[in-house]
Amino acid sequence: MATDNRPLSPHLQIYKPQLTSVLSITHRGTGVFLTAGAFFLTCWLLALASGPEQFETLQAHISNWYGQCFLYAFVFSLYFHLCNGIRHLFWDVGLGLEIDTAYKTGYAVVAGSIILTLLTLCLATGGVA
Amino acid sequence: MSLRSPLAKARGLGSAKSGTHHWIAQRLTAIALIPLSLWFVLSLVCMADMSHKTAIEWIHSPMAAVFLLLFIIALFHHAQLGLQVVIEDYIDGKVMKITSLILLKFLSFFAGLAAAIAVLKIYLGS
Repeated sequence: MATDNRPLSPHLQIYKPQLTSVLSITHRGTGVFLTAGAFFLTCWLLALASGPEQFETLQAHISNWYGQCFLYAFVFSLYFHLCNGIRHLFWDVGLGLEIDTAYKTGYAVVAGSIILTLLTLCLATGGVA
Repeated sequence: MSLRSPLAKARGLGSAKSGTHHWIAQRLTAIALIPLSLWFVLSLVCMADMSHKTAIEWIHSPMAAVFLLLFIIALFHHAQLGLQVVIEDYIDGKVMKITSLILLKFLSFFAGLAAAIAVLKIYLGS
């Protein structure tokens, strides 16, 4: 049976972006980005285990503006993926699947991840570079 | 000619005894990562400074070492399961797909193990 000339589903570009679909792809995007963060965590731990010089060199990069940009991008991605992940876990047990509830929890995820990121920023500027 | 019965074809991938394993493992690691990732971020934020000495002292505590190891295991397992689905969805062509999947599995094991060894070295070192 030929399977290579079946009709394709319409291209994504013709759909109007909706909160639900945007959050869905952002969940994937943040997941991929956080995997890069996990690999960076390995580098950070290896530098820590190697000695003070290696660690201070890496830490200097993190303290720099570009390092801080990446760091807070990781922090925001983590909170977003965490909040939206909890939303997914509720869906998995069959809760909150109604369209209006899905929108409400969607807005809650966006608000929650922004608030948690700002909270972390406030706590961190209290001492940590 | 296929030896599979029409019923087996209609059911898809045949015996589905372990078909849910990936799904369950992803949820299980997700649940574990809720407290573990919050603990990790909070530990870093609450550190007095980001000097080598402070970070080493943090990992010298058995509690921190255990939680950090659990975090590393759950994190790399979860990341690897998630990226596997992304590769399966977006990468076209059998060769590219399988090559990417093998690379993903090898790299994840390598990075996860390297992180764990680093923690153990710090924890067991004086």
